[in-house]
Amino acid sequence: MTQTLVVVGNGMVGHRLVEILRDSSWRIVVFGEESRPAYDRVALSSYVDNWNFADLELPTLGGCELRLGEKAVSVDRARKVVVGASGVEVSYDALVLATGSVPFVPPVPGRDLPGCHVYRTVDDLDEIRATVEEASRPGRRSGMVLGGGLLGLEAANALRGMGVSPHVVELAPRLMPIQVDDGGAGLLKRLVEKLDLTVHTGTSASSIERDGSRLIAKLASGLELDLDVVVFSAGIRPRTDLDLGLELGPRGGYLVDAACRTADPHVFAIGECAAVEGVTYGLVAPGYSMAEVVADQLSGGARVFPGADVSTKLKLLGVDVASFGDAHAQTEGALEVVVNNAVAGTYSKLVVSDDARILLGGVLVGDASSYLSLRPLVGKEVPAALLQPGGAVDVEMPADAQVCSCLAVTKQTITDAIQSGVACDVAELKACTKAGTGCGSCVPMLKKLLTECGVEQSKALCEHFTYSRAELFEIIRATRVATFSALIEKHGTGRGCDICKPAVASILASLGNGHILGETQVSLQDTNDRFLANLQRNGTYSVVPRIPGGEITPEKLIVIGEVARDYGLYTKITGGQRIDLFGATVDQLPEIWRRLVDAGFESGHAYGKSLRTVKSCVGTTWCRYGVQDSVGLAIELELRYRGLRSPHKLKSAVSGCARECAEARGKDFGVIATENGWNLYVGGNGGFTPRHADLLVSDVDTEELIRVIDRFLMFYIRTADRLQRTSAWLEALDGGLDHLREVVVDDKLGICAELETAMESHVSDYADEWRGVLEDPEKLARFTSFVNAPGVPDPTISFRAERGQRVPVSLGIPEVVR
Amino acid sequence: MIVCDFDVLRPEQGVAALRPDGSQVAVFLTAEGSVHALDNIDPFSGAAVLSRGIVGDRGGVPVVVSPVYKQAFELATGKCLDEPSVSVAVHQVRVRDGVVELT
Repeated sequence: MTQTLVVVGNGMVGHRLVEILRDSSWRIVVFGEESRPAYDRVALSSYVDNWNFADLELPTLGGCELRLGEKAVSVDRARKVVVGASGVEVSYDALVLATGSVPFVPPVPGRDLPGCHVYRTVDDLDEIRATVEEASRPGRRSGMVLGGGLLGLEAANALRGMGVSPHVVELAPRLMPIQVDDGGAGLLKRLVEKLDLTVHTGTSASSIERDGSRLIAKLASGLELDLDVVVFSAGIRPRTDLDLGLELGPRGGYLVDAACRTADPHVFAIGECAAVEGVTYGLVAPGYSMAEVVADQLSGGARVFPGADVSTKLKLLGVDVASFGDAHAQTEGALEVVVNNAVAGTYSKLVVSDDARILLGGVLVGDASSYLSLRPLVGKEVPAALLQPGGAVDVEMPADAQVCSCLAVTKQTITDAIQSGVACDVAELKACTKAGTGCGSCVPMLKKLLTECGVEQSKALCEHFTYSRAELFEIIRATRVATFSALIEKHGTGRGCDICKPAVASILASLGNGHILGETQVSLQDTNDRFLANLQRNGTYSVVPRIPGGEITPEKLIVIGEVARDYGLYTKITGGQRIDLFGATVDQLPEIWRRLVDAGFESGHAYGKSLRTVKSCVGTTWCRYGVQDSVGLAIELELRYRGLRSPHKLKSAVSGCARECAEARGKDFGVIATENGWNLYVGGNGGFTPRHADLLVSDVDTEELIRVIDRFLMFYIRTADRLQRTSAWLEALDGGLDHLREVVVDDKLGICAELETAMESHVSDYADEWRGVLEDPEKLARFTSFVNAPGVPDPTISFRAERGQRVPVSLGIPEVVR
Repeated sequence: MIVCDFDVLRPEQGVAALRPDGSQVAVFLTAEGSVHALDNIDPFSGAAVLSRGIVGDRGGVPVVVSPVYKQAFELATGKCLDEPSVSVAVHQVRVRDGVVELT
């Protein structure tokens, strides 16, 4: 009989447990107090960037019963039943408590006043935002964050993002007292104070009072702060308000053994609410580790909690901070090697054993790039070079060192996956080892291991060119070579193939070399480009006229209907707000285009590695919620970038408000309207590897928006690999989004003028490719099925009816012996 | 059977010809000037499209690549280089008095 597992709590750790067990034989029921789906609390402060909850959401998991908005209010352990707030009762065979933690609010008088908040959930942030927006102070608003630890600095960052100048008040004599030592914290304070933060250490708030619309906080030091908002982030406490009559740990938390089991063998606890052998953990990685232990126990295994690595590396307010191992040199006789470079703004401390042989821990502030190599060496012999001033940190990592501490993946596991051929790139490593799927900070190390194992993939385009696509682009741009044969003669070998020919054809087209079916280009084109239509499985093609922004008049719609009817074309609405007409033979294509072109249509480039559509919602014209004219902008963008050949297809969308009906964040470049202008997102993708686009610029006007898109697209076209979508390109780009912004917004490389000129010439040289064929008898002559029998239909093509339309009769595929 | 005038062929491009029995032949002109003819039907998809494939070389061997699933076929032998057990029929073709003929 199926056994039931009830999980109380739908946070990151509970979610992880369900993720592991969802394909098991357990029936899983999850109680979640919040009505929201599970989300990434570690990234909470990024919610302020665009207030879009979907960015934080964790993948929806099938295979479990999710009871959102249903708080578990009691448990009857005798009957093995969990009772929800609505009165619902669910029986369990195993119960896992993953209730997380609650913020600790110090007993400051006035802490319950309106305007005082905690910092823990998305709802907390929404409430803080509401307070900040109500504050009617002219000029910059002011806030206080109580707590100068990791969470406090995160909260301060969130306040900055809302336009508030934060005061950070920390009782300890330094910031981040748990992770960082005095020297590192001193530098950290100096660096964050440049960012409009005021740090008060060694003091606390003694009272908070209301004064009209203001809050006045008195500090123990005697200072008074005049504030709009107060945020408590002075730590967390395990959440154990669901009373099961079970023993708690010395610092709270459901007491569990190393198998994460309470004294009741049917009840487990994991994450921040658990006290594993008495110890509580406030980080997500140990929580994940506990989830894995319980999943293993529930699957009949005997795994136990291995203890946790509480090392951390993070970027707080743009400052790298890392702490690992015995960061405070508490081991007896431990020695410290400190390099404090106040000028460069970097601090590093290594803690070693009394004989200076074993690395025990360390603290890095300002530059934590060596963290990935150092952390795995903790407890191991320390290379002597490391202890020299400015010593190299590029050291060999032992095989059993943990590379991914979120999911406890060792170097050995990763190199095994690489060497056995299971994984040849970072994506495959992520899939088969799970490394890099937590916080992602070890991804650079994964790349390094791939290189060390000799998997550095050749950048050669194919056997005919040793250059990458980006290099070929530069060669063609610099030498102005205009034909494939001239290029391969000088820079390649052989005659070319189905990889390099279309790639070079695309580069030539990006640089503007006339019609893509010109005499020297036609033989380079893949069949879709060669026939300006999309090849289908039976050898026929589909035709997609451009419908900019998805806006179309009834008259034009009727023409499409008439053409489809007259040629018996199967008709389907695409995901890009246009219409696809299937089943045209090579001979029919020009006739179909003629009718469409006469009615004012042009090619939609559905066949090209080029701009497809710019999808839009209806925007301010009709929508009650729209804040900008999304349709107008979508049409302008589609007409500007139509026909632009690129390394892969380009999709775009414009949404008229933050509700995002056009799904712009799933596009290569997506625009979302704001009250003040437009936000531009880049690098989104649906398809095989979905990715939400990243915010590149915000609140810009239309002119600036188009300037940035021009530069972004041209920079992508110049530098991407063949068939590399913007999402993969951005992921692989050295320096990532920050670098992209430096190039296309700040013009760090000084190439923006060039990129803009290139786009200008694309826009001015654009011509409809269908019309280009119709007006040229020589090109037109290529559209025949049979050279010896023009006009005779291809006898292999036949159709049958399905739901009132013509669809291909499946081809009798000859027996292929494999 | 006459396919077309030789002038109609373009280097590294194919054309399709219909035979009286309804079968189809794909005829290619290589960069060096030699003419090859293969069955037009791509054995992997069943579609009559090989004439529309990209012509090039694999390791110096002239090939056409099916536009459907991208397998390469050797122009001279019809052998599929990606699935050695598969091949397409080769047809005898010649150029006489500026005319391409299947024999």
